[in-house]
Amino acid sequence: MKYLLLGILLALSLSFLTAAQESNDAELDERVRVFSQQLRCLVCQNETLADSQAMLAMDLKQQIREQMKAGKSDKEILAYLTARYGDFVLYRPPMKRQTLLLWFGPFILLALGFCILFRYIKGRRDQIHEEPLSVEDHHRAVELLRSESGKEIA
Amino acid sequence: MRYLIPLIIFLGLLAFLAIGLGRDPHEVPSPLVNKPAPQFQLAQLHNPDKKFSADQMRGKVWLLNVWASWCVSCREEHPYLLQLSRTRKVPIYGLDWKDQREDGIGWLSELGNPYVLCVSDLDGRVAIDYGVYGAPESYLIDKNGVIRFKQIGPFDADTIEKKLIPLVEKLNQE
Repeated sequence: MKYLLLGILLALSLSFLTAAQESNDAELDERVRVFSQQLRCLVCQNETLADSQAMLAMDLKQQIREQMKAGKSDKEILAYLTARYGDFVLYRPPMKRQTLLLWFGPFILLALGFCILFRYIKGRRDQIHEEPLSVEDHHRAVELLRSESGKEIA
Repeated sequence: MRYLIPLIIFLGLLAFLAIGLGRDPHEVPSPLVNKPAPQFQLAQLHNPDKKFSADQMRGKVWLLNVWASWCVSCREEHPYLLQLSRTRKVPIYGLDWKDQREDGIGWLSELGNPYVLCVSDLDGRVAIDYGVYGAPESYLIDKNGVIRFKQIGPFDADTIEKKLIPLVEKLNQE
């Protein structure tokens, strides 16, 4: 009886242990997946490392997993990867002198667009002359309106 | 004037697209060029008991060629490597990448062996250290153990003659 109890206790504690291990692994898997979503697979370049099934992608994910397990931070792992494969592995390019145009080019184009739009609108506005109606013209207009409405009534 | 500005913009766009078309997106510039070649110590392909490390090549200009028996473009490159090895201009060392040892040895005995020696990188770790993403890739390493040139994809006669050999000669004089 004593042994049976002991056995049950042992089995229970073991199952708890493995459960803890599994949830730990699932957590790590998730971390690897989320992390590798920001990385480009070099073999199939329009796929993220997370999605890619290429041999190299699998190896790299394994490396990432091991380094995470060893307690490395995301930043350290990114540095490890860019030291080998360059900034090309990053889907989000870092801000550097070479990438300034990449980051700010669209805003420069947008500003340029606004400049052109502004000048265009201003040019059109200048074409419209505001000339006050002369007294004669005013009389003529009133005359015309009167005769028009008179016709309609008739 | 009215038509000139759109025309200029169009021509600019055309120029960008033309440059883009001429580029090979698979040629990713390596950050390792002009950096020390990563150290490694791996078992030799033909003598697994013996090791080879990049350190042993200090003081020599040498070519490290990453290949594998499963790699189709390596087959295409192979005759040029054989030719290069016959000129004795630069020693070629091979890194058999993620390959079965027998397959690698069989491949070399079938097609000829241009390498001084090969190492086998069974789990591909050294290849990752070198930033390999598709075989064949080759690294020209100078006397101080610095990578001076990386060839992505297969060598051909033209690249060997016009790029590699002049560079080897220059590095030998350094």
